[in-house]
Amino acid sequence: MNSPVALLFNKLPILLVVRVEPPMAYPRTFGPAVDPITRLGWGLGIISLVVIVIIGVLLLAGVLRERVASSAANPHQLAVHRDAGGMAWIYVGGGISALVLVGCMAWTLLVTAEVTKLPSTPALTVQVTASQWWWSLRYLNAKPSNIFTTANEIHIPVGQPVRFELASADVIHSFWIPQLAGKMDVIPGQTNVMWLQADQPGTYRGQCAAYCGRQHAHMALFIVADTPQDFATWQDRQLTETTAPATEENRRGERIFQTHCAACHTIRGMNPAGILGPDLSHLMTRSTIAAGLLANTPGNLASWISNPESVKAGTRMPAQILSEPDLAAVTSYLNTLH
Amino acid sequence: MAVIETDRAPIIARATDDSPSSATLRQSWEGRPGVGGWLATVDHKEIGKRYVVTAFIFLIIGGLEALVMRAQLARPNQTLLTPEQYSQLFTMHGITMIFLYALPVLSGFSNYLWPLLLGSRDMAFPRLNALSYWVFLFAGIFLYSSFVVGKGPDDGWFNYVPYASLAYNPGPNIDVYALGMVLLGISTTVGSMNFIVTLAHTRAPGMSINRVPILVWGTLTASVGNLFAVPAVSLAFFMLWMDRQVGTHFFDSTAGGQPLLWQHLFWMFGHPWVYAIVLPAMGIVSDALPTFCRRPLVGYTAVALATVTTMVLGFGVWVHHMFASGLPILSLSFFGAASMVIVIPSAVAVFAWIATIWTGRPVFTAAFLYFAGFVLLFVIGGVSGFMTAAVPLDWQLTRTYFVVAHLHYVIIGINVFPVVGGVYYWFPKVTGRLMNEALGKWSFWVMFSGFNVAFFPMHILGLLGMPRRIYTYASGLGWGTTNLIVTIGAFVFATGILLFFINIFLSLKRGQPASANPWDAASLEWSTSSPPPAYNFAVIPIVASRYPLWEDRLDEGPERSSVGAGMLLDRGRETIGTTLLDAEPDVILKMPGDSYAPLLLALAMTAAFVALLLHSRWGFGIAAVVTVLTSIGWLWPERSLMQIETGHD
Repeated sequence: MNSPVALLFNKLPILLVVRVEPPMAYPRTFGPAVDPITRLGWGLGIISLVVIVIIGVLLLAGVLRERVASSAANPHQLAVHRDAGGMAWIYVGGGISALVLVGCMAWTLLVTAEVTKLPSTPALTVQVTASQWWWSLRYLNAKPSNIFTTANEIHIPVGQPVRFELASADVIHSFWIPQLAGKMDVIPGQTNVMWLQADQPGTYRGQCAAYCGRQHAHMALFIVADTPQDFATWQDRQLTETTAPATEENRRGERIFQTHCAACHTIRGMNPAGILGPDLSHLMTRSTIAAGLLANTPGNLASWISNPESVKAGTRMPAQILSEPDLAAVTSYLNTLH
Repeated sequence: MAVIETDRAPIIARATDDSPSSATLRQSWEGRPGVGGWLATVDHKEIGKRYVVTAFIFLIIGGLEALVMRAQLARPNQTLLTPEQYSQLFTMHGITMIFLYALPVLSGFSNYLWPLLLGSRDMAFPRLNALSYWVFLFAGIFLYSSFVVGKGPDDGWFNYVPYASLAYNPGPNIDVYALGMVLLGISTTVGSMNFIVTLAHTRAPGMSINRVPILVWGTLTASVGNLFAVPAVSLAFFMLWMDRQVGTHFFDSTAGGQPLLWQHLFWMFGHPWVYAIVLPAMGIVSDALPTFCRRPLVGYTAVALATVTTMVLGFGVWVHHMFASGLPILSLSFFGAASMVIVIPSAVAVFAWIATIWTGRPVFTAAFLYFAGFVLLFVIGGVSGFMTAAVPLDWQLTRTYFVVAHLHYVIIGINVFPVVGGVYYWFPKVTGRLMNEALGKWSFWVMFSGFNVAFFPMHILGLLGMPRRIYTYASGLGWGTTNLIVTIGAFVFATGILLFFINIFLSLKRGQPASANPWDAASLEWSTSSPPPAYNFAVIPIVASRYPLWEDRLDEGPERSSVGAGMLLDRGRETIGTTLLDAEPDVILKMPGDSYAPLLLALAMTAAFVALLLHSRWGFGIAAVVTVLTSIGWLWPERSLMQIETGHD
């Protein structure tokens, strides 16, 4: 959205006490599933501010108009009277409020209709399964061998609608990428469906919006809107299966992975295939680990593996008791998963 | 219609507090001295004060919890609190403010004021009144029992399943909340019934339904609403407790249960409850603001109807807490439209207050400042509510700090500000002393500015995408500076509240003595001395208009109320029962005296809930038997309470 009001918003960082456009801010948005909502938000927000100003001025003027300082003491000396004109305020004020209200209701209904309707056939459908406290992402495909699973970072092609099927593995979560779409709750026992589309390439941050337990604060996700070519490249890479590592160190790392990690995690092409934790295929294509909490660097990976509790208290990931060389080997192995 | 007891009609006489009849009344109505009397009293004034004091203690506890959370959120990535501590704090903060402060403080005002406003000597069921207080107190302690050992409720006050179910929350945390809420529901229910019957049958003769103060309309509406709303939440919490402890599967989706059922039941209760905790406070403003504008409220009938309309609509909007839950769009749109329509009764009330100020002569007292400030906060909280009622916009706003801002404007703006203003207004009536005006104005300006600095920027945090209920946040999200401002505002606001409490303590001892009617107000409570005698009125007044003490000056009709002369009713504890609409005298009501039964019954019921919590069947059995025995003792017929009604035409 690039309306004059949005530009104005960007020009008012002092009023908003923040730098322009933090990653979760949604006064400016980037897709047809949310832009009409953003316009509605600006509209209703401005109407609300105008109402506050009008009432504030009326109130202040009324209060100051014929005021009596309380130190002018004895209230019994102040006349009591009833002015006949009062009801007009209620009729006029209530009447204008009702008219504005009806207009806003109609606008709201139009926006509702607009954003709930898919503009065209979705480019793809992603099954999102939310867990405490991360997101599993399964890219559906008519061809079963083209189905793949990843976590926390959703790549989509820019300019095309993408459909999401939302399910929960445990408690209630809420799927929210503010600059692309409003929230949709993820509720156990039901599959909620929504769609979004990014009109500009880039990374959009999201975060679980429904309180889901201790680490509700650390359940981020990202949507990366790629150009169609980049998306195709990414998708092809996700479909490739893991091969035997080239170095002895990394082969040792793979064995440690299979004994220590594979009960919960899997890597495409590897057996056994644990499903309790995030699928780690092509882990190095993701920019963060632990659902957005840490940058995906070898050092962070090592500290996350050796003591997840100290990074994310309450996480379901158990600490791995590994010797220094073993930890280095498994970290090094994970770093080959491009 | 004749007023007949077994053998007499009430004597109509003139009497003051110095009359011989008043000495008799004093003997009948004053409670026993000492601890025993304190525990057994059923005096509505005593119970009302206890409600207010207890609610204020919970306000302080809940406020301290908020300050700790604000310290944690002041900067990104802070580690002052663990995630679990933060969860318990925001949960207890919500429970405390919503259940243990907001409604009880208004129950306190209404318990104290209703009989005085209505020209009666007590509530319709004085012992039930005591019971509702004791149960509230014990439920409050019960709800805090596990928090003090670090096992407090930790799933938010909304307590969504399945996080609240045994699989994800195995400790006693949620059991305490579930059982505590069922117990508290008993208090709310008996209290509400008492208000409804009191309104219906114990108004002074002549106080027809269109002459009762707006506070009475507010509390009546809230009470009727509670009777319909509380069963939903008591049921929900009982079902949850059974899911957890008995093995039912009401909310368990893995066994055919339905997590959304919880949300429906909770919000069917939750939204009407929001109106229950603001409508009586709006009533406080509608009654007290005109006193300081030196004129009657503009649009009494419109405001009374708006009060009732708000509550009726309030039962049809609960789904607006669930707009993002995947319900069909069509039904969401209906609930969104219904939520928006609430703007209209709200606008009626706002313009009535503004018109009252414009067409009156505002007297700048501390109380007036609170009421005038309230009007602005009401509008800010109202328009943000109107924005969240727009279904698609709510998909963005819900569960962000925008909603945190909205609900605090609503609950602090519409409950706390009128309550504090109401304390400044009625303090001289309750204690016989005026509060300090200068300190009062200071407390207002510190509270008002601190409040807006704390809560207005939360709207912006919401628009910047900060979700609620997160114990910390990363530094790159642009939330740091605003959060720091919010925290500073919160501490300033707390300082304002502190000034208010300091003023109370200073004024209790050193406040200027107050006359019976220090503000020259119009309603009946100001016709009796400050503080009122145990029997409230030396004679039951006879009411001829909405503004009995202003009649001569308003000069709107030939009829005059009679406050110095009226029904004596001095043979024991008596008050007059009147008819529902027109308040014609109907029957002499024999009122019960001090009794330990309410306290014992409350203790026994609480013991039963404690036994359930501890899985003690024996304990529960014994407590249940004591509960039944105490109830029988309570209901055992007493000759002095014999109520014989004859002689209807």
